[in-house]
Amino acid sequence: MHSYKRTLPGTQPNRRHDAYRSTLLRNPRQPLIQIPQTLSELTGPLCGDNPIGESDNDLTCHFAEEPLGQRIHLSGRVLDEDGRPVRNTLVEIWQANAAGRYNHPVDQHPAPLDPNFIGSGRAMTDDEGEYRFVTIRPGSYPWGNHYNAWRPAHIHFSLFGPSLLTRLITQMYFPGDPLFDFDPIMQSIPDEDARRRLISRFDLETTVPERALGFKWDIVLRGSGATPFEDAGK
Amino acid sequence: MSERSLIASASQTIGPFYAFALTTNTALGVMAQSGAIGERIELVVHVVDGESQSVADAMVELWQADASGKYQHPEDMQARNPDPAFSGFGRLGTNAEGEAAFTTVKPGRVAGPDGGLQAPHINVIVFARGVLLHLYTRIYFAGDPANKLDSVLAQVPEERRSTLLAYPDRKRRELWRFEIRLCGEGETVFFDW
Ligand SMILES: [Fe+2]
Repeated sequence: MHSYKRTLPGTQPNRRHDAYRSTLLRNPRQPLIQIPQTLSELTGPLCGDNPIGESDNDLTCHFAEEPLGQRIHLSGRVLDEDGRPVRNTLVEIWQANAAGRYNHPVDQHPAPLDPNFIGSGRAMTDDEGEYRFVTIRPGSYPWGNHYNAWRPAHIHFSLFGPSLLTRLITQMYFPGDPLFDFDPIMQSIPDEDARRRLISRFDLETTVPERALGFKWDIVLRGSGATPFEDAGK
Repeated sequence: MSERSLIASASQTIGPFYAFALTTNTALGVMAQSGAIGERIELVVHVVDGESQSVADAMVELWQADASGKYQHPEDMQARNPDPAFSGFGRLGTNAEGEAAFTTVKPGRVAGPDGGLQAPHINVIVFARGVLLHLYTRIYFAGDPANKLDSVLAQVPEERRSTLLAYPDRKRRELWRFEIRLCGEGETVFFDW
């Protein structure tokens, strides 16, 4: 049976990160216990047969009018650590609106809600592992972690991949954001390159004339060194 | 083992505002349809922090085999079909009391690392604001005789094993409760691979 490689030291966030105060009471003090990878971990929810609506990956088309903000076409590939595409896997995203406000009752940031924007989308990767979303660039928003704390603009991503061990929830950032250095959530990742890999890049090729800016962002899931089962029988 | 051409993307917290995207479908709390094979259970997962405060903005995902011990996944090579009335995946946000209530069946035993069978268990992933990298744990069932022989439980220090047990309600035996204590005294055992 194949097994998943351990993640490289420094490339994942420290669980207890003093500067991000909520981590202190919500993460174990005892070390995690390492156990063998069994069928329970080598399997996992695929959600590949989830019906995805045709416009689920377009966050701008659900109302008679378009949402406010800079329209963007966001696309990229989902790959494993051996560089192989992760096919037919569910990608879910959610984000604040252009003013930095979430469509969530707990969000009390006094920025306007946009009646034409919900801010959630879903897509399946294709045979090349590619996903595509149409959305607007989210605003930065303040949070209560420390005095004058602001999150860099980001889009939340959730992915499953082929097993329980490939599960990933993360955030994608935009190039050149001046808030990176002040954000304890991003800075919880010790490795600078690993932080940089969460930043999308502007892409002229997918920029649509007279319409929308293109951004590209690839996502890498833990690799097992084994032939992905999606290839079976192909 | 460490050869790789790319490096896995870093995790980041789910944050407090995921509900409108990830947990709008409350049907994901009902894993067993009527007609699902096996012992039907209600499983209430309660998440608390290091000050014993309920965590009202966590997301709990469950992954389990059906009552016969079959995972609905191509890596499970057992030559039988999974129960069509059962979905091995559950996902709910915790409510104001820090609880998420699933309807499922007690899973069957699945293959273990040593060629034997594992005790019935449900795999759990916890996400929350303040959790930068999701936490994995397992739910075992108190009183199941197979627990004594489970090779994963055997790797957990004996005094901490009870943190992995769900307990039945005294009056309603089909109701099971599992507490996830993220931090501090009685902290739940979390796993890593
Ligand atoms: Fe956010």
